Amino acid sequence: MVWNVFPRDLMAELERLQRDFGGHPLEQPASIRGSGGSRFPALDVGGTPESVEIYAFAPGLDPAAIELTLDRGVLTLSGERPAELPAEDSRTTVHIGERFAGRFRRVVNLPEDADPESVSATYRDGVLHIRVTRRAASRPRRISVQ
Amino acid sequence: MNEMDTKNTGTREEAMSPAVDVTEDAGGITLIADLPGVPKDGLNLHIEADQLTIEGEVRLPAPEGMQLTHRELPSLKYRRVFTLSKELDAERVGAAFDNGVLRLRIPRVQQTQPRRIRIDVA
Repeated sequence: MVWNVFPRDLMAELERLQRDFGGHPLEQPASIRGSGGSRFPALDVGGTPESVEIYAFAPGLDPAAIELTLDRGVLTLSGERPAELPAEDSRTTVHIGERFAGRFRRVVNLPEDADPESVSATYRDGVLHIRVTRRAASRPRRISVQ
Repeated sequence: MNEMDTKNTGTREEAMSPAVDVTEDAGGITLIADLPGVPKDGLNLHIEADQLTIEGEVRLPAPEGMQLTHRELPSLKYRRVFTLSKELDAERVGAAFDNGVLRLRIPRVQQTQPRRIRIDVA
């Protein structure tokens, strides 16, 4: 089973660490196309012999606005998270603005034995949980000895 | 309101710092924190002296025997501590928690209203 390995955004992680320890953010020239794709939502992927379990950490979304497609073994999750930060004016000051806002898109390559006809998705506590069942033929079987 | 260093070292899985938005207007401070995966009873919110602590425990529905093959969430715990300043009223904090998003409203202490002093003409 081979998974897409999403490179973790090392620079963002370092910046966060530095910020946590009261330092200044690293001043690295940023790529014009950003830092290798959106990190929103963060994804965890797990598996059992029967299924593939994908967890997308996407809080505060309207489940109806999440678009989930499966095409030739590629699962795509996309949508938009509206900005909640008010415009800074004489009445409002923005002290911290870290939460993600805007369009997002993440892609997961499913293993070959994933059954595209058997996908379920539930949204709870800000996590989209996608379960894809594996085809029965590829599950490990116990062979009884006569 | 300032953020404090949370140097709770020693644990193998250090808590994640949740992403927050903090804005302030004349009436007080609004804090929004992303805590995906934390159910209502997994949220621990407390104010002690002038410190506001947000803690959350991630609980995910997982089938038995599941093995994680790819992991981007660095921990299953969130923790972040803020220092409140004196003009904020810790007694009247309003909180709502829906779909993994925590919204706090911390009002300013009621200012003594400007009074108009009547002048009686003798």
